[in-house]
Amino acid sequence: MTSLINNILTFFYMLIGATFLIASIESARDKTNSTRWGTATFWLIFAVIFGVGQWLPNAVVGALLLVIGALSLLKQVKVGHIKSLNKEVSEASAKRLGGWIFLPSIILAVTAILVAQFTPFGGQVGIGVAAIVSLIVAMWLTKAGGKTVYEDSQRMVRSVGSAGILPQLLATLGVVFTASGVGTVTAKAISSVFPVGNHLLGVVLYCVAMAVFTVIMGNAFAAFAVITAGIGIPFVVAQGGAAVVVAALGMTSGYCGTLLTPMAANFNTLPVALMEMKDPLGVIKQQAPIAITMLIIQIILMYVLAF
Amino acid sequence: MEYIKLIGVLVIILGFAFKLDTVAVVIISALVTALASGIDFTKFLEILGQGFMDNRMVSLFFLTLPMIGVIERHGLKESAVSLIQKLQNLTPGRIFDIYLLIREAASLFGISLQGQVQFIRPLINPMAQAAASVETKLTNKQVDRIKARSAATENFGNFFSQNLFVASAGVLLMASTMKSLGYKVSPNGIALYSIPVAVLTIVLVFWYNHMFDRQLLKEGKNND
Repeated sequence: MTSLINNILTFFYMLIGATFLIASIESARDKTNSTRWGTATFWLIFAVIFGVGQWLPNAVVGALLLVIGALSLLKQVKVGHIKSLNKEVSEASAKRLGGWIFLPSIILAVTAILVAQFTPFGGQVGIGVAAIVSLIVAMWLTKAGGKTVYEDSQRMVRSVGSAGILPQLLATLGVVFTASGVGTVTAKAISSVFPVGNHLLGVVLYCVAMAVFTVIMGNAFAAFAVITAGIGIPFVVAQGGAAVVVAALGMTSGYCGTLLTPMAANFNTLPVALMEMKDPLGVIKQQAPIAITMLIIQIILMYVLAF
Repeated sequence: MEYIKLIGVLVIILGFAFKLDTVAVVIISALVTALASGIDFTKFLEILGQGFMDNRMVSLFFLTLPMIGVIERHGLKESAVSLIQKLQNLTPGRIFDIYLLIREAASLFGISLQGQVQFIRPLINPMAQAAASVETKLTNKQVDRIKARSAATENFGNFFSQNLFVASAGVLLMASTMKSLGYKVSPNGIALYSIPVAVLTIVLVFWYNHMFDRQLLKEGKNND
């Protein structure tokens, strides 16, 4: 069963590789992009890693990632020009379909949960199956053909861009940190100040650290790997806290930090520019009471639910 | 000097704080951490490569993009807009309430719209301003506050409900990171334990919006 699941997952990763390949081809064809070759290489490398990575030595994959890092550092990766959608088509289609346009999304979520819950294949296969089923429904509903799917795949992947690959890179960073013993050092440093073993103190420490680190970095995903390894595991999970609760509420504590920081520019400063607001911190000021209250709620929930 | 291992954390903090390219910052942080901890370069490449391969599940959400792209082309946004435009004769706070509900429902089904660009500026903000100016003329300060609250509502809905969807990047990142740290956690479980947060957000923000309306009303009376 495990090997069957792994084979199915490998197939899904190869499909993802195919969408990256499409993004690479279309990036190369985008003559308006001054860095089109760098961008095409960026996507091609990910296409290779997802398509055939399992047959490559790990060190080769690692080296390819360093190339990705170099391309990004030298600013050779840009989204480029993406053709905007035809408003007439979408308006006419919205008129024809009405609320049915939401059907594929509902099928996606429901199928993913059903496969995870009621088959032995598990959650990851569920997501892949749900993505394919919902795409077929969407094609049937909108009468979209292969060409449209190709076009929309490259458009979506390219516009998500390097931000889309960042979560996986952050998870990888977590692995490197663990292998280097960063978590152990952090845990040791903190336990010299705070005693390990007190459940409430551990929960407060972890949730507040998630929020504070996110305020500094502007990104809860980045804080998650570091803070969970350094504080969440030794101070909460190792003390008997349920890992699933700690993860879910720990990340949300980070989101409370996101709501409080100008570092999260997309969320807190972009609207200031979009709506020509006078107060650059206006959005954060409106968010602060809720963010702080929610952080306290996360702490209470984690303390109650994890133990 | 064991604390030298924390140099990668410093790189991340400074790199993000100075808004350097995030992908590059993450990879540099990994490199310096490994080297500072006495891991040799070849070994580092192996750990990096294997870590990336082991965490491929985090990127599974890419598989959902073609479908989202197709429905977006065929009027996803337009249908959502006409749904929201049906909200007539409401106070600003009520408009925010209903937008929050729609936003959380969308998250539940994995629809992540660029809310600030697609809905807040062109739709929710003007609707809330129009609703607020029925009773009284708005001051510049009030206009600014309505704008800020419109944007805040989108962020509340986005952040406190995105973990409800099992194939969201955040949920997959958590499951994968916990696996790397030696704890098996299912995406379904994470989504399940995210429900209380989503529900409490609705309760709390509804009350917050109610206070928003009351304050506008009070200020309106003082203006007259």
